[in-house]
Amino acid sequence: MSASKRARGSGGSLWQIRAAIDPRQYWLLALAGLVAPLVVWLAASHLDGIDKVFLPGPADVLTRIWSWASDDDLTADVAISTWRVVAGWALSAAIALPLGLFIGSYRAVQALLEPLTDFIRYMPAVAFIPLVMLWVGIEEGSKVAIIFIGTFFQMVLMIAEDVRRVPLAQIEAAQTMGATRGEILEKVIVPFAKPALLDTLRVTMGWAWTYLVVAELVAANSGLGYAVLKAQRFLQTDKIFAGILLIGLIGLLIDQSFRLIHRKAFPYLAGRQR
Amino acid sequence: MTASIDIRDVAKTFGHGARAIHALEGANLTIRPNEFVTFVGASGCGKSTLLRMIGGLESLSRGSIAVNGQPIGGPGVDRAMVFQHYSLYPWLTVADNVRFCRQLKAHTRDRTSADVEKAAGRADALIRLMGLSHVAHAYPSQLSGGMQQRVAIARALMSRPPILLMDEPFGALDAQTREVMHDLIRHVHRIEGSTIVFVTHDVEEAIYLGQRIVLMAPRPGRIDTLYDVPLPTERHQDMKLAPAFLALKRAILERIRETSGMKTDLEQLARLNADAAATAME
Repeated sequence: MSASKRARGSGGSLWQIRAAIDPRQYWLLALAGLVAPLVVWLAASHLDGIDKVFLPGPADVLTRIWSWASDDDLTADVAISTWRVVAGWALSAAIALPLGLFIGSYRAVQALLEPLTDFIRYMPAVAFIPLVMLWVGIEEGSKVAIIFIGTFFQMVLMIAEDVRRVPLAQIEAAQTMGATRGEILEKVIVPFAKPALLDTLRVTMGWAWTYLVVAELVAANSGLGYAVLKAQRFLQTDKIFAGILLIGLIGLLIDQSFRLIHRKAFPYLAGRQR
Repeated sequence: MTASIDIRDVAKTFGHGARAIHALEGANLTIRPNEFVTFVGASGCGKSTLLRMIGGLESLSRGSIAVNGQPIGGPGVDRAMVFQHYSLYPWLTVADNVRFCRQLKAHTRDRTSADVEKAAGRADALIRLMGLSHVAHAYPSQLSGGMQQRVAIARALMSRPPILLMDEPFGALDAQTREVMHDLIRHVHRIEGSTIVFVTHDVEEAIYLGQRIVLMAPRPGRIDTLYDVPLPTERHQDMKLAPAFLALKRAILERIRETSGMKTDLEQLARLNADAAATAME
Protein backbone atom coordinates (compact mmCIF):
# COMPACT_ATOMS: atom_id res chain seq x y z
CA MET A 1 0.00 0.00 0.00
CA SER A 2 2.57 2.49 1.13
CA ALA A 3 5.03 1.21 -1.50
CA SER A 4 2.55 1.73 -4.33
CA LYS A 5 1.78 5.20 -3.01
CA ARG A 6 5.45 6.09 -3.05
CA ALA A 7 5.84 4.72 -6.59
CA ARG A 8 2.95 6.81 -7.78
CA GLY A 9 4.42 9.79 -5.97
CA SER A 10 7.80 9.57 -7.72
CA GLY A 11 6.16 8.79 -11.07
CA GLY A 12 4.16 11.99 -10.82
CA SER A 13 7.14 14.16 -9.88
CA LEU A 14 6.98 15.98 -13.24
CA TRP A 15 3.60 17.27 -12.11
CA GLN A 16 4.61 18.23 -8.59
CA ILE A 17 3.91 21.94 -8.32
CA ARG A 18 7.11 24.01 -8.70
CA ALA A 19 9.31 20.93 -8.33
CA ALA A 20 12.66 21.03 -10.14
CA ILE A 21 13.11 18.71 -13.13
CA ASP A 22 16.45 17.57 -14.47
CA PRO A 23 18.06 19.69 -17.19
CA ARG A 24 17.92 16.95 -19.84
CA GLN A 25 14.16 16.64 -19.39
CA TYR A 26 13.89 20.41 -19.57
CA TRP A 27 15.70 20.70 -22.89
CA LEU A 28 13.85 17.72 -24.35
CA LEU A 29 10.52 19.33 -23.48
CA ALA A 30 11.63 22.73 -24.81
CA LEU A 31 12.69 21.09 -28.09
CA ALA A 32 9.41 19.17 -28.29
CA GLY A 33 7.52 22.41 -27.73
CA LEU A 34 9.30 23.98 -30.69
CA VAL A 35 9.21 20.97 -33.03
CA ALA A 36 5.60 19.88 -32.45
CA PRO A 37 3.98 22.95 -34.06
CA LEU A 38 6.38 22.60 -36.99
CA VAL A 39 5.27 18.99 -37.50
CA VAL A 40 1.61 19.94 -37.24
CA TRP A 41 2.18 22.76 -39.74
CA LEU A 42 4.00 20.42 -42.15
CA ALA A 43 1.22 17.83 -41.90
CA ALA A 44 -1.56 20.37 -42.29
CA SER A 45 0.02 21.94 -45.36
CA HIS A 46 0.13 18.52 -47.03
CA LEU A 47 -3.56 17.79 -46.49
CA ASP A 48 -5.62 17.48 -49.66
CA GLY A 49 -7.61 20.54 -50.59
CA ILE A 50 -5.36 22.94 -48.74
CA ASP A 51 -4.41 25.76 -51.07
CA LYS A 52 -0.83 27.11 -50.85
CA VAL A 53 -2.31 30.60 -50.69
CA PHE A 54 -4.32 29.56 -47.67
CA LEU A 55 -1.50 27.71 -45.88
CA PRO A 56 1.99 27.52 -47.39
CA GLY A 57 4.25 24.71 -46.12
CA PRO A 58 7.54 25.18 -44.26
CA ALA A 59 9.47 24.50 -47.46
CA ASP A 60 7.61 27.28 -49.32
CA VAL A 61 8.36 29.72 -46.53
CA LEU A 62 12.07 28.77 -46.48
CA THR A 63 12.26 29.21 -50.26
CA ARG A 64 10.61 32.61 -49.89
CA ILE A 65 13.11 33.68 -47.20
CA TRP A 66 15.91 32.55 -49.51
CA SER A 67 14.62 34.50 -52.52
CA TRP A 68 13.87 37.47 -50.27
CA ALA A 69 17.55 37.42 -49.22
CA SER A 70 18.97 36.87 -52.74
CA ASP A 71 16.64 38.86 -55.05
CA ASP A 72 15.15 41.34 -52.62
CA ASP A 73 16.81 43.25 -49.79
CA LEU A 74 16.16 41.13 -46.70
CA THR A 75 19.20 42.43 -44.81
CA ALA A 76 18.15 46.03 -45.30
CA ASP A 77 14.59 45.22 -44.16
CA VAL A 78 15.90 43.48 -41.03
CA ALA A 79 18.34 46.32 -40.34
CA ILE A 80 15.84 49.16 -40.70
CA SER A 81 13.18 47.36 -38.64
CA THR A 82 15.67 46.51 -35.90
CA TRP A 83 16.83 50.11 -35.88
CA ARG A 84 13.27 51.44 -35.55
CA VAL A 85 12.38 49.07 -32.73
CA VAL A 86 15.61 49.63 -30.82
CA ALA A 87 15.43 53.41 -31.27
CA GLY A 88 11.82 53.62 -30.05
CA TRP A 89 12.55 51.30 -27.16
CA ALA A 90 15.81 53.04 -26.18
CA LEU A 91 14.20 56.47 -26.27
CA SER A 92 11.42 55.12 -24.11
CA ALA A 93 13.94 53.58 -21.67
CA ALA A 94 16.00 56.77 -21.51
CA ILE A 95 12.99 58.71 -20.22
CA ALA A 96 11.22 55.91 -18.33
CA LEU A 97 14.22 54.90 -16.20
CA PRO A 98 14.73 58.23 -14.38
CA LEU A 99 11.00 58.93 -14.30
CA GLY A 100 10.15 55.49 -12.92
CA LEU A 101 12.90 55.88 -10.34
CA PHE A 102 11.32 59.09 -9.08
CA ILE A 103 7.75 57.74 -9.17
CA GLY A 104 8.89 54.67 -7.22
CA SER A 105 10.89 56.67 -4.69
CA TYR A 106 8.74 59.72 -3.98
CA ARG A 107 5.05 59.48 -3.16
CA ALA A 108 4.48 63.06 -4.40
CA VAL A 109 5.80 62.26 -7.88
CA GLN A 110 3.77 59.05 -7.83
CA ALA A 111 0.58 60.96 -7.00
CA LEU A 112 1.31 63.49 -9.73
CA LEU A 113 2.18 61.09 -12.57
CA GLU A 114 0.96 57.56 -11.94
CA PRO A 115 -2.79 58.05 -12.43
CA LEU A 116 -2.06 60.01 -15.62
CA THR A 117 0.24 57.27 -16.94
CA ASP A 118 -2.35 54.62 -16.03
CA PHE A 119 -4.90 56.57 -18.05
CA ILE A 120 -2.72 57.03 -21.12
CA ARG A 121 -1.48 53.46 -21.28
CA TYR A 122 -4.98 52.21 -22.02
CA MET A 123 -5.13 54.35 -25.14
CA PRO A 124 -4.47 52.25 -28.26
CA ALA A 125 -1.14 53.09 -29.89
CA VAL A 126 -2.65 52.43 -33.34
CA ALA A 127 -5.14 55.23 -32.82
CA PHE A 128 -2.26 57.67 -32.44
CA ILE A 129 -1.09 57.11 -36.03
CA PRO A 130 -2.97 60.06 -37.55
CA LEU A 131 -1.78 62.33 -34.75
CA VAL A 132 1.80 61.14 -35.08
CA MET A 133 1.68 61.81 -38.83
CA LEU A 134 0.32 65.25 -38.13
CA TRP A 135 2.85 66.12 -35.43
CA VAL A 136 5.97 64.15 -36.33
CA GLY A 137 5.49 63.80 -40.07
CA ILE A 138 5.95 60.68 -42.17
CA GLU A 139 9.73 60.33 -41.91
CA GLU A 140 11.63 57.83 -39.74
CA GLY A 141 10.63 59.75 -36.63
CA SER A 142 7.00 58.70 -36.96
CA LYS A 143 7.83 54.96 -36.84
CA VAL A 144 10.02 55.46 -33.81
CA ALA A 145 7.28 57.57 -32.21
CA ILE A 146 4.65 54.81 -32.60
CA ILE A 147 6.95 52.27 -30.97
CA PHE A 148 7.72 54.79 -28.24
CA ILE A 149 4.01 55.35 -27.55
CA GLY A 150 3.42 51.61 -27.48
CA THR A 151 6.12 50.87 -24.91
CA PHE A 152 6.79 53.99 -22.84
CA PHE A 153 3.74 54.16 -20.58
CA GLN A 154 3.85 50.48 -19.63
CA MET A 155 7.58 50.74 -19.07
CA VAL A 156 7.33 53.67 -16.64
CA LEU A 157 4.83 51.85 -14.46
CA MET A 158 6.87 48.63 -14.44
CA ILE A 159 10.05 50.49 -13.54
CA ALA A 160 8.28 52.35 -10.72
CA GLU A 161 7.09 48.99 -9.43
CA ASP A 162 10.62 47.52 -9.61
CA VAL A 163 11.92 50.47 -7.62
CA ARG A 164 9.19 50.15 -5.00
CA ARG A 165 10.20 46.56 -4.36
CA VAL A 166 13.40 47.60 -2.55
CA PRO A 167 12.90 46.41 1.07
CA LEU A 168 12.38 49.34 3.44
CA ALA A 169 14.89 47.82 5.89
CA GLN A 170 17.68 48.27 3.31
CA ILE A 171 16.79 51.94 2.87
CA GLU A 172 16.49 52.52 6.61
CA ALA A 173 19.76 50.74 7.30
CA ALA A 174 21.46 53.19 4.94
CA GLN A 175 19.71 56.12 6.67
CA THR A 176 21.01 55.02 10.07
CA MET A 177 24.49 54.86 8.55
CA GLY A 178 24.14 58.51 7.57
CA ALA A 179 23.36 58.13 3.87
CA THR A 180 21.94 61.20 2.13
CA ARG A 181 18.89 60.95 -0.13
CA GLY A 182 21.11 60.95 -3.20
CA GLU A 183 23.30 58.24 -1.74
CA ILE A 184 20.26 56.08 -0.96
CA LEU A 185 19.08 56.35 -4.57
CA GLU A 186 22.55 55.72 -5.99
CA LYS A 187 23.93 53.11 -3.59
CA VAL A 188 20.82 51.22 -2.42
CA ILE A 189 17.75 51.65 -4.63
CA VAL A 190 19.40 51.49 -8.05
CA PRO A 191 21.75 48.57 -7.31
CA PHE A 192 18.91 46.59 -5.70
CA ALA A 193 16.51 47.22 -8.57
CA LYS A 194 19.04 46.53 -11.37
CA PRO A 195 18.15 42.87 -12.03
CA ALA A 196 14.42 43.64 -12.07
CA LEU A 197 15.04 46.66 -14.31
CA LEU A 198 16.95 44.55 -16.81
CA ASP A 199 14.02 42.11 -16.84
CA THR A 200 11.62 44.97 -17.46
CA LEU A 201 13.79 46.20 -20.34
CA ARG A 202 13.78 42.67 -21.79
CA VAL A 203 9.99 42.31 -21.57
CA THR A 204 9.31 45.77 -23.00
CA MET A 205 11.72 45.09 -25.88
CA GLY A 206 9.38 42.23 -26.78
CA TRP A 207 6.40 44.60 -26.73
CA ALA A 208 8.29 47.10 -28.89
CA TRP A 209 8.66 44.40 -31.57
CA THR A 210 4.94 43.68 -31.50
CA TYR A 211 4.35 47.33 -32.47
CA LEU A 212 6.64 47.11 -35.50
CA VAL A 213 3.93 46.23 -38.01
CA VAL A 214 1.76 49.04 -36.66
CA ALA A 215 4.66 51.49 -36.91
CA GLU A 216 5.41 50.50 -40.49
CA LEU A 217 1.80 51.20 -41.45
CA VAL A 218 2.92 54.83 -41.56
CA ALA A 219 4.28 55.67 -45.01
CA ALA A 220 7.04 53.09 -44.90
CA ASN A 221 8.73 51.61 -47.95
CA SER A 222 11.05 49.18 -46.22
CA GLY A 223 11.18 46.96 -43.15
CA LEU A 224 9.87 43.57 -42.09
CA GLY A 225 6.49 44.92 -40.99
CA TYR A 226 6.12 46.80 -44.26
CA ALA A 227 7.00 43.63 -46.18
CA VAL A 228 4.27 41.72 -44.34
CA LEU A 229 1.74 44.46 -45.14
CA LYS A 230 2.74 44.53 -48.79
CA ALA A 231 2.60 40.74 -49.05
CA GLN A 232 -0.90 40.91 -47.65
CA ARG A 233 -1.92 43.21 -50.49
CA PHE A 234 -0.60 40.70 -53.09
CA LEU A 235 -1.81 37.65 -51.18
CA GLN A 236 1.77 36.31 -50.83
CA THR A 237 0.92 34.15 -47.83
CA ASP A 238 4.38 32.56 -47.77
CA LYS A 239 5.96 35.99 -47.40
CA ILE A 240 3.58 36.89 -44.56
CA PHE A 241 4.69 33.69 -42.83
CA ALA A 242 8.34 34.51 -43.53
CA GLY A 243 8.04 38.03 -42.11
CA ILE A 244 6.25 36.90 -38.97
CA LEU A 245 8.75 34.07 -38.39
CA LEU A 246 11.72 36.39 -38.88
CA ILE A 247 10.33 38.91 -36.38
CA GLY A 248 9.81 36.07 -33.91
CA LEU A 249 13.33 34.78 -34.49
CA ILE A 250 14.95 38.19 -33.96
CA GLY A 251 12.86 38.62 -30.82
CA LEU A 252 14.00 35.25 -29.51
CA LEU A 253 17.66 36.13 -30.13
CA ILE A 254 17.37 39.48 -28.35
CA ASP A 255 15.50 37.89 -25.46
CA GLN A 256 18.16 35.22 -25.01
CA SER A 257 20.90 37.89 -25.10
CA PHE A 258 19.16 39.76 -22.30
CA ARG A 259 18.94 36.57 -20.27
CA LEU A 260 22.63 35.91 -20.82
CA ILE A 261 23.55 39.42 -19.67
CA HIS A 262 21.30 38.93 -16.65
CA ARG A 263 23.13 35.74 -15.67
CA LYS A 264 26.56 37.30 -16.16
CA ALA A 265 25.84 40.67 -14.54
CA PHE A 266 24.20 39.45 -11.34
CA PRO A 267 26.20 36.48 -10.06
CA TYR A 268 24.75 36.97 -6.57
CA LEU A 269 21.38 35.79 -7.83
CA ALA A 270 22.82 32.43 -8.94
CA GLY A 271 21.01 29.44 -7.52
CA ARG A 272 18.18 31.54 -6.20
CA GLN A 273 14.76 30.46 -7.51
CA ARG A 274 13.14 33.34 -9.26
CA MET B 1 32.29 55.24 22.59
CA THR B 2 29.08 55.48 24.46
CA ALA B 3 26.18 57.85 25.06
CA SER B 4 23.12 58.46 27.18
CA ILE B 5 19.56 58.70 25.85
CA ASP B 6 16.87 60.90 27.38
CA ILE B 7 13.28 60.17 26.42
CA ARG B 8 10.89 62.90 27.65
CA ASP B 9 7.11 62.63 27.38
CA VAL B 10 7.32 60.99 23.97
CA ALA B 11 4.05 60.12 22.24
CA LYS B 12 3.17 58.71 18.83
CA THR B 13 -0.26 58.85 17.22
CA PHE B 14 -1.10 57.37 13.84
CA GLY B 15 -4.08 58.84 11.99
CA HIS B 16 -6.42 61.64 13.02
CA GLY B 17 -9.56 62.25 15.06
CA ALA B 18 -11.73 59.31 16.10
CA ARG B 19 -9.68 56.88 13.99
CA ALA B 20 -6.39 57.87 15.68
CA ILE B 21 -4.30 55.03 17.09
CA HIS B 22 -2.20 55.84 20.11
CA ALA B 23 0.90 53.76 19.47
CA LEU B 24 2.72 55.35 22.38
CA GLU B 25 1.70 57.69 25.18
CA GLY B 26 3.86 59.81 27.43
CA ALA B 27 6.99 57.67 27.57
CA ASN B 28 9.73 58.84 29.96
CA LEU B 29 13.02 57.00 30.28
CA THR B 30 16.69 57.74 30.81
CA ILE B 31 19.19 55.26 29.44
CA ARG B 32 22.68 55.55 30.93
CA PRO B 33 25.93 55.43 28.95
CA ASN B 34 27.01 51.86 28.21
CA GLU B 35 23.77 50.46 29.55
CA PHE B 36 22.15 47.38 27.97
CA VAL B 37 18.40 47.97 28.05
CA THR B 38 15.79 45.60 26.67
CA PHE B 39 12.24 46.58 25.70
CA VAL B 40 9.73 43.75 26.10
CA GLY B 41 5.94 43.58 25.88
CA ALA B 42 2.90 42.22 24.07
CA SER B 43 2.44 43.12 20.42
CA GLY B 44 1.07 46.61 19.89
CA CYS B 45 2.76 48.04 22.98
CA GLY B 46 4.86 50.44 20.92
CA LYS B 47 8.29 48.97 21.72
CA SER B 48 9.43 48.95 18.10
CA THR B 49 7.91 52.38 17.54
CA LEU B 50 9.88 53.82 20.46
CA LEU B 51 13.10 52.19 19.23
CA ARG B 52 12.54 53.56 15.72
CA MET B 53 11.91 56.99 17.18
CA ILE B 54 15.27 56.83 18.98
CA GLY B 55 16.78 55.82 15.65
CA GLY B 56 15.19 58.86 14.00
CA LEU B 57 13.22 56.69 11.57
CA GLU B 58 9.85 57.66 13.04
CA SER B 59 8.69 61.19 13.82
CA LEU B 60 7.54 62.16 17.32
CA SER B 61 3.94 63.33 17.79
CA ARG B 62 4.97 64.91 21.09
CA GLY B 63 7.95 65.13 23.45
CA SER B 64 11.66 64.93 22.79
CA ILE B 65 14.53 62.49 22.60
CA ALA B 66 18.08 63.61 23.32
CA VAL B 67 21.40 61.83 22.92
CA ASN B 68 24.09 63.11 25.31
CA GLY B 69 21.80 66.08 25.94
CA GLN B 70 21.49 66.96 22.24
CA PRO B 71 17.94 66.64 20.82
CA ILE B 72 17.85 64.35 17.79
CA GLY B 73 16.31 65.28 14.46
CA GLY B 74 16.28 62.27 12.16
CA PRO B 75 18.68 59.37 11.76
CA GLY B 76 22.35 59.86 12.61
CA VAL B 77 25.64 58.02 12.56
CA ASP B 78 25.70 58.03 16.37
CA ARG B 79 22.77 55.59 16.41
CA ALA B 80 23.29 52.42 14.39
CA MET B 81 20.41 50.03 13.89
CA VAL B 82 20.08 46.28 13.36
CA PHE B 83 16.81 45.11 11.80
CA GLN B 84 15.06 41.75 12.01
CA HIS B 85 15.77 40.88 8.38
CA TYR B 86 16.14 41.90 4.72
CA SER B 87 18.51 44.72 5.63
CA LEU B 88 21.69 43.35 3.99
CA TYR B 89 22.60 44.40 0.46
CA PRO B 90 22.29 41.24 -1.66
CA TRP B 91 24.63 42.47 -4.43
CA LEU B 92 27.53 43.05 -2.01
CA THR B 93 29.73 40.40 -0.45
CA VAL B 94 29.84 40.02 3.32
CA ALA B 95 33.01 42.13 3.53
CA ASP B 96 31.54 44.86 1.33
CA ASN B 97 28.34 44.90 3.37
CA VAL B 98 30.41 45.41 6.53
CA ARG B 99 32.35 48.23 4.85
CA PHE B 100 29.22 49.81 3.31
CA CYS B 101 29.34 52.99 5.42
CA ARG B 102 32.82 53.75 4.03
CA GLN B 103 31.11 54.53 0.70
CA LEU B 104 29.10 57.31 2.32
CA LYS B 105 30.21 60.92 2.58
CA ALA B 106 29.21 61.03 6.26
CA HIS B 107 32.07 58.64 7.05
CA THR B 108 34.77 59.78 4.70
CA ARG B 109 35.20 63.47 5.50
CA ASP B 110 38.83 64.53 6.06
CA ARG B 111 40.02 61.13 5.04
CA THR B 112 43.72 60.49 5.46
CA SER B 113 45.57 57.34 4.52
CA ALA B 114 45.86 56.53 8.22
CA ASP B 115 42.06 56.74 8.51
CA VAL B 116 41.61 54.44 5.56
CA GLU B 117 44.03 51.94 7.05
CA LYS B 118 42.28 52.12 10.40
CA ALA B 119 38.92 51.49 8.74
CA ALA B 120 40.26 48.50 6.83
CA GLY B 121 41.64 47.11 10.07
CA ARG B 122 38.31 47.76 11.77
CA ALA B 123 36.40 45.85 9.08
CA ASP B 124 38.78 42.90 9.35
CA ALA B 125 38.54 42.90 13.13
CA LEU B 126 34.71 42.93 13.03
CA ILE B 127 34.61 40.14 10.46
CA ARG B 128 36.85 38.07 12.75
CA LEU B 129 34.91 39.04 15.88
CA MET B 130 31.65 37.93 14.27
CA GLY B 131 33.14 34.67 13.03
CA LEU B 132 32.67 35.60 9.39
CA SER B 133 36.25 35.17 8.08
CA HIS B 134 35.44 32.02 6.09
CA VAL B 135 32.45 33.67 4.36
CA ALA B 136 33.88 37.17 3.86
CA HIS B 137 33.61 36.85 0.07
CA ALA B 138 30.22 35.11 0.01
CA TYR B 139 26.95 36.87 -0.79
CA PRO B 140 24.24 37.23 1.89
CA SER B 141 21.89 34.84 0.04
CA GLN B 142 24.44 32.07 0.55
CA LEU B 143 24.37 32.45 4.34
CA SER B 144 22.05 31.09 7.03
CA GLY B 145 19.79 33.49 8.91
CA GLY B 146 22.13 33.53 11.91
CA MET B 147 25.17 34.35 9.80
CA GLN B 148 23.24 37.10 8.01
CA GLN B 149 22.47 38.74 11.35
CA ARG B 150 26.16 38.58 12.28
CA VAL B 151 26.89 40.54 9.12
CA ALA B 152 24.17 43.06 9.98
CA ILE B 153 25.66 43.56 13.46
CA ALA B 154 29.21 43.91 12.11
CA ARG B 155 28.00 46.47 9.57
CA ALA B 156 26.20 48.47 12.28
CA LEU B 157 29.35 48.47 14.46
CA MET B 158 31.67 49.52 11.63
CA SER B 159 31.51 53.24 12.37
CA ARG B 160 31.92 52.75 16.17
CA PRO B 161 28.43 54.04 16.97
CA PRO B 162 27.98 55.06 20.61
CA ILE B 163 24.45 53.67 20.49
CA LEU B 164 23.33 50.36 18.98
CA LEU B 165 19.58 49.90 18.42
CA MET B 166 18.35 46.37 17.79
CA ASP B 167 14.81 45.65 16.57
CA GLU B 168 14.06 41.98 17.30
CA PRO B 169 17.30 41.02 15.55
CA PHE B 170 17.10 37.35 16.52
CA GLY B 171 13.33 36.97 16.14
CA ALA B 172 13.61 34.80 13.03
CA LEU B 173 16.40 32.54 14.30
CA ASP B 174 16.11 29.05 15.78
CA ALA B 175 16.64 28.60 19.52
CA GLN B 176 20.21 27.21 19.33
CA THR B 177 21.48 29.92 16.98
CA ARG B 178 19.84 32.49 19.18
CA GLU B 179 21.76 31.32 22.29
CA VAL B 180 25.03 31.69 20.40
CA MET B 181 24.02 35.17 19.23
CA HIS B 182 23.11 36.16 22.80
CA ASP B 183 26.59 35.44 24.09
CA LEU B 184 28.09 37.15 21.06
CA ILE B 185 26.12 40.37 21.54
CA ARG B 186 26.96 40.42 25.28
CA HIS B 187 30.62 40.13 24.26
CA VAL B 188 30.19 42.98 21.77
CA HIS B 189 28.60 45.12 24.48
CA ARG B 190 31.54 44.50 26.80
CA ILE B 191 34.35 45.19 24.35
CA GLU B 192 32.71 47.98 22.29
CA GLY B 193 31.29 49.80 25.29
CA SER B 194 28.30 51.04 23.31
CA THR B 195 24.87 51.70 24.77
CA ILE B 196 22.51 49.00 23.51
CA VAL B 197 18.73 49.22 23.27
CA PHE B 198 17.26 45.87 22.32
CA VAL B 199 13.62 45.15 21.44
CA THR B 200 12.25 41.63 21.82
CA HIS B 201 9.02 39.76 22.56
CA ASP B 202 10.99 36.93 24.20
CA VAL B 203 11.12 37.49 27.98
CA GLU B 204 14.01 35.06 28.53
CA GLU B 205 16.05 36.90 25.90
CA ALA B 206 15.19 40.23 27.53
CA ILE B 207 16.42 39.06 30.95
CA TYR B 208 19.53 37.24 29.74
CA LEU B 209 20.76 40.22 27.72
CA GLY B 210 19.55 43.25 29.65
CA GLN B 211 20.84 45.06 32.68
CA ARG B 212 17.47 46.72 32.84
CA ILE B 213 14.14 45.67 31.34
CA VAL B 214 11.52 48.11 30.19
CA LEU B 215 8.16 46.36 30.14
CA MET B 216 5.68 48.05 27.82
CA ALA B 217 1.92 47.58 27.61
CA PRO B 218 -0.55 48.04 24.73
CA ARG B 219 -3.75 50.04 24.15
CA PRO B 220 -2.49 52.70 24.45
CA GLY B 221 1.19 51.81 24.05
CA ARG B 222 3.11 52.89 27.18
CA ILE B 223 5.99 52.13 29.48
CA ASP B 224 4.54 49.99 32.28
CA THR B 225 7.28 48.76 34.62
CA LEU B 226 11.08 48.93 34.87
CA TYR B 227 12.98 45.92 36.23
CA ASP B 228 16.63 45.78 37.24
CA VAL B 229 18.07 42.40 36.32
CA PRO B 230 19.59 40.85 39.47
CA LEU B 231 22.37 39.03 37.61
CA PRO B 232 26.10 39.81 37.43
CA THR B 233 27.45 41.57 34.34
CA GLU B 234 29.18 38.39 33.27
CA ARG B 235 26.42 36.04 32.08
CA HIS B 236 26.33 32.40 31.10
CA GLN B 237 23.58 30.07 29.90
CA ASP B 238 23.27 28.25 33.27
CA MET B 239 21.92 31.45 34.81
CA LYS B 240 18.68 30.89 32.94
CA LEU B 241 17.92 28.24 35.57
CA ALA B 242 18.87 30.38 38.59
CA PRO B 243 15.99 31.09 41.02
CA ALA B 244 16.42 34.87 40.62
CA PHE B 245 16.20 34.53 36.82
CA LEU B 246 13.10 32.33 36.98
CA ALA B 247 11.39 34.55 39.55
CA LEU B 248 11.90 37.62 37.36
CA LYS B 249 10.74 35.72 34.29
CA ARG B 250 7.56 34.66 36.12
CA ALA B 251 6.88 38.21 37.32
CA ILE B 252 7.34 39.70 33.84
CA LEU B 253 5.26 37.05 32.09
CA GLU B 254 2.51 37.55 34.66
CA ARG B 255 2.58 41.31 34.08
CA ILE B 256 2.50 40.91 30.29
CA ARG B 257 -0.53 38.67 30.61
CA GLU B 258 -2.26 41.21 32.84
CA THR B 259 -1.60 44.10 30.48
CA SER B 260 -2.08 42.42 27.11
CA GLY B 261 -5.83 42.09 27.59
CA MET B 262 -5.67 38.69 25.92
CA LYS B 263 -6.38 35.77 28.20
CA THR B 264 -7.26 32.17 27.56
CA ASP B 265 -10.89 31.76 28.57
CA LEU B 266 -10.48 28.67 30.78
CA GLU B 267 -14.22 28.10 31.22
CA GLN B 268 -14.80 28.17 27.48
CA LEU B 269 -11.88 25.77 26.99
CA ALA B 270 -13.29 23.37 29.60
CA ARG B 271 -16.67 23.41 27.87
CA LEU B 272 -15.08 22.66 24.49
CA ASN B 273 -13.12 19.78 26.04
CA ALA B 274 -16.28 18.37 27.61
CA ASP B 275 -18.12 18.58 24.27
CA ALA B 276 -15.28 16.83 22.48
CA ALA B 277 -15.25 14.06 25.12
CA ALA B 278 -19.02 13.63 24.82
CA THR B 279 -18.79 13.36 21.03
CA ALA B 280 -16.05 10.76 21.32
CA MET B 281 -18.23 8.68 23.69
CA GLU B 282 -21.12 8.46 21.23
